[in-house]
Amino acid sequence: MTNLEKLRGAFVEALGLAAAPADFESLTYRGIAEWDSVAHMQLVAAIEAAFELMLDTDDVIGMSSYGKAREIVGKHGVEL
Amino acid sequence: MTGLAGKTAFVTGGGRGIGWAVAQRLAADGADVAIGGIHDPAGLEARAVELATTYGVRTLAIVGDVGDPAAVAAAYQTIWRAWKRLDVLVNNAGMMESAVIGMITADMIDRLLATNVRGAILHLQAAARLMARAKTGAIVNLTSILGVRGGAGQIAYAASKAAVIGLTSSAARELAPQGVRVNAVAPGYIDTDLVAGLGPEVRAARIAQIGLGRIGTPDDVAGVVGFLVSDAAAYMTGQVLGVDGGMVI
Repeated sequence: MTNLEKLRGAFVEALGLAAAPADFESLTYRGIAEWDSVAHMQLVAAIEAAFELMLDTDDVIGMSSYGKAREIVGKHGVEL
Repeated sequence: MTGLAGKTAFVTGGGRGIGWAVAQRLAADGADVAIGGIHDPAGLEARAVELATTYGVRTLAIVGDVGDPAAVAAAYQTIWRAWKRLDVLVNNAGMMESAVIGMITADMIDRLLATNVRGAILHLQAAARLMARAKTGAIVNLTSILGVRGGAGQIAYAASKAAVIGLTSSAARELAPQGVRVNAVAPGYIDTDLVAGLGPEVRAARIAQIGLGRIGTPDDVAGVVGFLVSDAAAYMTGQVLGVDGGMVI
């Protein structure tokens, strides 16, 4: 499994999405019903577990979209 | 007892007093134990070695200020790298300063809140994120009988410990869906460094207020913490248990 697939898998699993979205880049915090504040923390946990990271609180708060998540994970040295 | 075998625990302020008693209790129950502290790194390391030697568990000594976000983040990164899991947090680190209302300084308030409240929340936040990965965990926050009932000369300290009760109740509600339980223990008059400076007359007066007629020991508190983090308390969350010998303030 590639790192990109891991990241996308974390989104699908943590947000409880019925299926992988056609356009991950369109996913934003509170932009869909499934991505609320509770799911956000589950998403953080899923990403941290997938890549064995511990995100800073600023990253947790700033992870407002799929694109931001990709940037944050990349900042921790994960190649996507 | 081995009820915590295979589990990992972090005890802040775990090098002395109640924290040390709790660390020993959890290790005796089979948990790998990380102890945190700030004032005596060498002493903390020695305690960690003692725990490992005595109980045959893995241990970590983690030095840092509980109110410093960077130090807290580093602590949990250390635990994650070493053990890949966290099952138990005992938010024990705390400080006590006493002053009558006219003598309370702004700096005193800030110090008490930074350690007793800010520190507790930062650790709760970081621990909950690790526990959420496994959908299980138990957190015990140390409050005080003074946070429940108040005490003359303890306005700032009591306020900080009342805040711990509030954060316990709120965290219990927020983290229950993730399988993480959050409870608090409210010790009464316990024989630790915090009360060591009291004179014999004050000490006798305090004991006279205790129904069971004796000062509490750190082990008295550790036993209740051990219960709360065990499966025996699997259906308890959001509770505050007094460990005060029936003390009346």
